[in-house]
Amino acid sequence: MEFFSNHILTWILFFPVFGAAILCLVPARSEKGLRVTALIASLVPFALTVYLWFAYQVSPQAPGFAFQEQLEWFPAIHSSYHVGVDGISIVLLLLTTLLTPLALLASRSIHVHLKTFLMLFLFLETGMMGVFVSLDLLIFFVFWEIGLIPMYFLINQWGGEKRNYASLKFILFTMGGSLGLLLAIQMIGAVTGTFDLLTLFKTWPGISQASLFGLPTQTVKAIAFWAFVIAFAIKAPIWPVHTWLPDAHTEAPTGGSMILAGVLLKLGAYGFIRLVLPLFPAESRQYAVWLAVLAAASIIFGAFAAAGQKDFKRLVAYSSINHMGFVILGIAVAAWAGGSTDPALQQSAIIATNGAVLQMFTHGLSAAGMFFLVGVIYDQAHTRVLERFGGLYAILPVYGSILIFMSMASLGLPGLGGFVSEFMVVRGAWPVFTAITAVSMLGLFFTGVYVLKALKLVLQGPLNTEWKGHLKDISAGEIAVIAPLMILSFLIGVWPSWIMQIINQTVMSWF
Amino acid sequence: MQIPTLSLLIFTPVVAGVLLLLYPAQKRTLIRVTALVSALITLALSVFLFFRYDTIAAGYQFMEKLDWLPSLGISYFVGIDGIGAAMELMAGLVVLSGVLVSWNVEDRPREFFAFLLFLAASVFGVFASLDLFQLFFFFELAVFPKYLMIVIWGYPKTREYGAMKLTLYLFLGSMVALAGSLAIYFASGMHTFNMLELENAGFSMEVQRLWFPFIFIGFGVLGGLFPFHSWAPDGHVAAPTAISMLLAGVEMKVGAFAALRVGLMLLPDGMRTWAPLIIVLATINVVYGAFIAMIQTDFKYVIGFSSVSHMGLVFIGFATLTPEGLTGAGLQMFSHGVMTALFFSIVGMVYDRAHTRNIKELGGLARFMPMAMVGFVVGGLVSMGMPGFSGFVAEIPIYIGAWKSYPLAAILSAISIVVTAAYILLVVRRVFFGEVPTTLSAGVKDVTLADKVVIVMLSLVMILIGIFPSLLVPVIQAGVKHILFLVGGA
Repeated sequence: MEFFSNHILTWILFFPVFGAAILCLVPARSEKGLRVTALIASLVPFALTVYLWFAYQVSPQAPGFAFQEQLEWFPAIHSSYHVGVDGISIVLLLLTTLLTPLALLASRSIHVHLKTFLMLFLFLETGMMGVFVSLDLLIFFVFWEIGLIPMYFLINQWGGEKRNYASLKFILFTMGGSLGLLLAIQMIGAVTGTFDLLTLFKTWPGISQASLFGLPTQTVKAIAFWAFVIAFAIKAPIWPVHTWLPDAHTEAPTGGSMILAGVLLKLGAYGFIRLVLPLFPAESRQYAVWLAVLAAASIIFGAFAAAGQKDFKRLVAYSSINHMGFVILGIAVAAWAGGSTDPALQQSAIIATNGAVLQMFTHGLSAAGMFFLVGVIYDQAHTRVLERFGGLYAILPVYGSILIFMSMASLGLPGLGGFVSEFMVVRGAWPVFTAITAVSMLGLFFTGVYVLKALKLVLQGPLNTEWKGHLKDISAGEIAVIAPLMILSFLIGVWPSWIMQIINQTVMSWF
Repeated sequence: MQIPTLSLLIFTPVVAGVLLLLYPAQKRTLIRVTALVSALITLALSVFLFFRYDTIAAGYQFMEKLDWLPSLGISYFVGIDGIGAAMELMAGLVVLSGVLVSWNVEDRPREFFAFLLFLAASVFGVFASLDLFQLFFFFELAVFPKYLMIVIWGYPKTREYGAMKLTLYLFLGSMVALAGSLAIYFASGMHTFNMLELENAGFSMEVQRLWFPFIFIGFGVLGGLFPFHSWAPDGHVAAPTAISMLLAGVEMKVGAFAALRVGLMLLPDGMRTWAPLIIVLATINVVYGAFIAMIQTDFKYVIGFSSVSHMGLVFIGFATLTPEGLTGAGLQMFSHGVMTALFFSIVGMVYDRAHTRNIKELGGLARFMPMAMVGFVVGGLVSMGMPGFSGFVAEIPIYIGAWKSYPLAAILSAISIVVTAAYILLVVRRVFFGEVPTTLSAGVKDVTLADKVVIVMLSLVMILIGIFPSLLVPVIQAGVKHILFLVGGA
């Protein structure tokens, strides 16, 4: 028991890999055996994360990093396997472990090379979770990159028509971004001689001899800062480096899209919170306004672009850019307030940061839900062109109701998760970046436009008779996938404090 | 009595090779089994050496010495440091893989396996040489099996050209290196080829500066150093599969290793003087090699140029003269050796079945040979420096070393990471996925059991080192410690 509880993060982190190894032994013909094995391999980390959730709240290290483990990994360059969680990573860990089994359940239509598909999915889960728990810069990068490869193959092998283009674009964009990140990480390692984040948090911001080509330290740090920002901005994604996202999301298989939108985008935002803000407080403050402007651009252009789409899945994809904009806006406020002693500003920053983290969670729920619902209709109709639907509510009442519910969660209807988080971001950002926030509100309005447009084109109006008798309503198995997302979204909407408490504890300790 | 492990390692393949030539040619099974057994013995010996190498004591171990020509100060003197131990292990793995993928050689298998084993003996010998003359002896010993194997069993269209080009380049390079070595032999005034004594010869600055480029670049030709790399792609492509694996996997490391052992370790001040030039050449290697690899239409040339690109990182690591850079260079020599052997073995498997290496005429092969696809993807991930694989573990210290001494080299050569990712992914997609071209619509046979053993063995080594670098790093570091001592602090 001691051994178990001392290494709980390692168990969570590597259980999916272990599951993938077990999958190798299951005969490829037994489809059911494969699915059940993979599901169990992803449910165990979920159960452990729930346990971790409660254990964290009574842990003596909270609100700092609890459940730390440190093992020698690569002593030649002073990198160690160092993991630990705080309130923010634990929320994202819960999101990852929750969405993975759901995405596996949503992949029932995958039959070709099922074993490989499931194994890649489990590797992907480990990669994503690793980013959230890493406390070593190099290990962070290791997991950051590891997640790329399974996703590339998921899109490339099981994706839609333009999968080759989409997968290559996805990997080249992300790797291009990672390149700067890698170089900056190497430089930090070369200058400080350590990759341990807890040490770097204390030493790196104050370091004064980071010389490079005789440039002043400040410039060198600003370059490193931008290298980090670009990598995370591509992943998050922030306008104007978002263009890989609509292609990748649209071409990915349903389960892949759920994970892409639900978790992978959060890696970028998490990078800002975990690395950029604490490692570069001065630079963050200096460029916070720019970040806020880009966030507003993402919100507005994301909404406009979504409103202009003809393809249902592309519409949902663009909506992710819109929603992630709010996360970035909240982070920009935190960046601006870093090191400030003004209590009013601190208060705003705390609210905005809380909102940003909660928005990551609620967007994870709603985006995964929306992509799943698009997948459900696509599996039957084999089209995603909005114009070809119409009046489907008449023949699919249950599906229609669920779609309306998820759309409202995504739109930010009070009483559902999205409202709480977006309200908090806007409330926190308003006193700091008043004009930018006001403009972003315009984007929020257009969020309503595209969501209602999609609902109208799919569900309302006269029934397109070509579907009559061809479409079945959502099945019980499919409801099982969407129900947890709906329940959680509702739960956060009416009683957010169960999750806010854990986030807030950590955020409070920063300012 | 101490067992002469290193001598056994070097002479087992020689004895087996001679034995093979005495067999009647029609006894194919006996020939193959003999070759396999001797390759297994050498692998076992190299594994033994690797794990028994004492990383705490470091220095040269398993030493054996016999006077050979005392009047000239020449002796048979073997021993390995940490880098040597890692190289012997890598060579052991590649030699066994080479024997396995050649299992079904139809044309004169007796001579084929005999020459293969002679080549193996020569590389085991170089990595263990502590006598300069003996190092040259083993270095040159490789020429005749390499040349003959390319000319006899190579790709019919280019084998004469490839073999001739390779031999002339390498011959010229080693002559230049020999001139440099003789010069320092006489300059030392010690009348010995014993490298342990030469290490302490205290060569004057002028001698070091003058003769370093002869030795380092002369040996560097075999390591594929720009602009003397062009033998490599042509030679690799012309060679039969097992020889491509040994050439790119082990022989290029022999070049880099000799440049390290004789150039850097005997003339450290020369290295310090010439480091900027080496950095420039090596950075060109890295970036230029990657771009050229991207535009190749021949599957095998892609891998050939990727070797040129990756070897550049080894030379960058040397030239940084930092503990990280040198450790990384050692790791990269190991990792690249295993990786490129895997690549060439798979290229060979594809070519044997599809009878073409033109990327445009290939496609959808994952359907017929899934294991080959998996192996190629693993190799590709190592090649693009993906974390979790040995390539990352090797490249990170090289880059950190470069950041400390030549940051611009780190930034410029990092371009190659994205380019490498692009060409590897494109090749994977075009060769293994997508539509099966009509010429191959009848399907091709899956890889053989021996091929699978090779793929699994080499892939596992790279993944294990990627996840647990501490399996390999301490041994390399033990070697680096001594180099840093010679270089003087740093």
